[in-house]
Amino acid sequence: MTQTQTTATTEGADNEICLEARNLSVRYGKVQAVKDISLVVRARQVTALIGPSGCGKSTFLRAINRMNDLIPTCVVQGSVRLGETEIYDPAVEVEALRARIGMVFQKPNPFATSIYNNVAYGPRVQGLVRHRRETDERVEKSLRRAGLWDEVKDRLKESGTSLSGGQQQRLCIARAIAADPEVVLMDEPCSALDPIATARIEDLMDELRARYTIVIVTHSMQQAARVSKRTAFFLLGELVEEGATGEVFTNPQDERTLNYVTGRMG
Amino acid sequence: MGFAFLLPWLVAACGWMACRWSPVAWLSPVAGEGQHAQGTAAQLARLVFLTSLLGGLLVLLLWLLLEPPVIAQRSTQALLASEAQSASSRQERVALDLLRTKAQNLAAGDRPTESLKVEALKDESDSVASVARAALVLRQATEREAWLLPVLVVLGGLLGLLAGSQAPRRGLHPRKLAERIIAVLLLLSAATALAVTVGILLSLIFESWRFFRLVPLSEFLFGLRWEPQIALRADQVAGLGAFGAVPVLLGTAVISLVALLVAAPLGILSAVWLVEYASPRTRSICKPVLEILAGIPTVVYGFFAVVALAPAFREGGAWLGFTLAPNSALVAGFVMGVMILPFISSLTDDALYAVPQSLREGAFALGATSFEVASRVVLPTAAPGIVSAFLLAISRALGETMIVLMAAGLLAKMTINPLDSVTTVTVQIVTLLTGDTEFDNPKTLSAFALGLLLLVITLFLNWLALRVSRRWHKEWSA
Repeated sequence: MTQTQTTATTEGADNEICLEARNLSVRYGKVQAVKDISLVVRARQVTALIGPSGCGKSTFLRAINRMNDLIPTCVVQGSVRLGETEIYDPAVEVEALRARIGMVFQKPNPFATSIYNNVAYGPRVQGLVRHRRETDERVEKSLRRAGLWDEVKDRLKESGTSLSGGQQQRLCIARAIAADPEVVLMDEPCSALDPIATARIEDLMDELRARYTIVIVTHSMQQAARVSKRTAFFLLGELVEEGATGEVFTNPQDERTLNYVTGRMG
Repeated sequence: MGFAFLLPWLVAACGWMACRWSPVAWLSPVAGEGQHAQGTAAQLARLVFLTSLLGGLLVLLLWLLLEPPVIAQRSTQALLASEAQSASSRQERVALDLLRTKAQNLAAGDRPTESLKVEALKDESDSVASVARAALVLRQATEREAWLLPVLVVLGGLLGLLAGSQAPRRGLHPRKLAERIIAVLLLLSAATALAVTVGILLSLIFESWRFFRLVPLSEFLFGLRWEPQIALRADQVAGLGAFGAVPVLLGTAVISLVALLVAAPLGILSAVWLVEYASPRTRSICKPVLEILAGIPTVVYGFFAVVALAPAFREGGAWLGFTLAPNSALVAGFVMGVMILPFISSLTDDALYAVPQSLREGAFALGATSFEVASRVVLPTAAPGIVSAFLLAISRALGETMIVLMAAGLLAKMTINPLDSVTTVTVQIVTLLTGDTEFDNPKTLSAFALGLLLLVITLFLNWLALRVSRRWHKEWSA
């Protein structure tokens, strides 16, 4: 396993570490989905995880906010640190942890309630809002940041499922950032969207990275190249290569990465 | 008679074998060549099986439909002819029925046919001779049936066999023809099921219509007194009982409401536990058990209500300072709630289970606890499904008879107090129709009107439930 840590020296301020996985392994029953991965995610950047289907990139992503806890057969070894917090410390309250790490899913999954309630859900369960005015403010702020405010400000009481697919996904992004997380995890957020909606989400990610650390799993190498600063290539549950996106795509250190990014494999 | 039912199958089987293996060319004229145009021997055999079976069964059916009336007619004639009797007045009809029964007993008895003949041929016009003549008609009919029916059935079968086997010669493809016959048979089966339902509905409507000629619809629907028992005695006083269905409906509503208040919270909570908290293994055990519980005979629940619950509730009520009526709506409703509990629980479980996993993940990812996910995301999403489960459960509770018959009262009171004794639609129907009844007074006929009312309400609830759940599925199956 070759791990090239090509650090972008020109942007020294970007070197602040947000997330750090050390020797992380995830097993589903007898299947080892993630094998001994160590990866550093830098703050306020977009990091893309690429690789063929079943390579463990989604599992790795879901290990970061402990979504794998929901799967009874799942066993996690190793460590993930978010700032000073060890995520797998038994003393960590997983609900509070997930308030610090938002997540956006493959298919838009708005709740069967109003647009307003969708966005307010996180702040409400986290107890971040005490009365209506605070909730109003937070909902508006989140919708503005997700670039959806102008489209929905007059129909906040309408059902979230009445929006178009691209709008639904931006609603889900607004929902994910409403509780002021540090990290936003995105699991193939555009795979169910058309190219125009995809472009909007990609533009949005460009704006969001000023405030949030973004980790995105994507099947599209073009998307990884467009939106991310750093890219990690996963293969068969292993991390093959991680580096500045330009480097990984044009001058990969590992032959397997080269084969993948040039389309000879996967 | 009995084995005649087997004959068509036998003939059909013979026809099948003949076509399948017979070297006779006329039976299977297509063996070997031209298979596409005329079908294979196996296809022809299948067609012949069908047609000969149909031929035989058709003969059997016609016999069953036509023979008994003909024989009855002839034996009646034999009874009437000698005695210059007529069957016009009521007394004469009763006398004739008596003679007919005698003749039937005579015919079924073990007196030899010859001795019957001797007696029948006596030129006497007394009743003994005419009974013997009628008995002779019946006896001969039975004897004839013993050989004639099988012969006719076999003939019908053979005719069908011939018709089927000649189909290819007439340019009909055996496979297509068989398909058409099967389609018609399936259509007939479906039509029968539908016709029975419509028939039940029509008979109910007809009897209700007779009731509404005696009691105006407005009184039935809006009247506040239900005292049908008075009607019988009132016949002499030239007055009618009170037939206002409102108190009966109100009693039904009170009991159903108590049932729902018991079953709804328990059912929903248990379903939430099954879907959101229990391990898949636990759920796979508990869910079938729940569904089996739904099959407990309701009379058992009735026992439970009478033996265990009613005394307990009465004592408990007394301790708290309430006085419970002996047949309180509370006990009946409580037990009925227990009865519909598995029903609600299982249907709610289905509705919760159908909520996409992605919604749960979305909520968990926002840091919600299991209960917050269940109460604020899963339950609202599944709400229409749960409502539809409730509607179905209510419609079951409305039609439930045995529990209320054992646990509820008989007197219709205008009350919504669950501690009081109330009656239900089903209980009234049972009490109105049990015992000696005549179908020409409003007391008996009112049972049909109540039945129709119950049917309309139940059908409406079922229709509503179907609509709600359909709309819901449309939204979430995408």
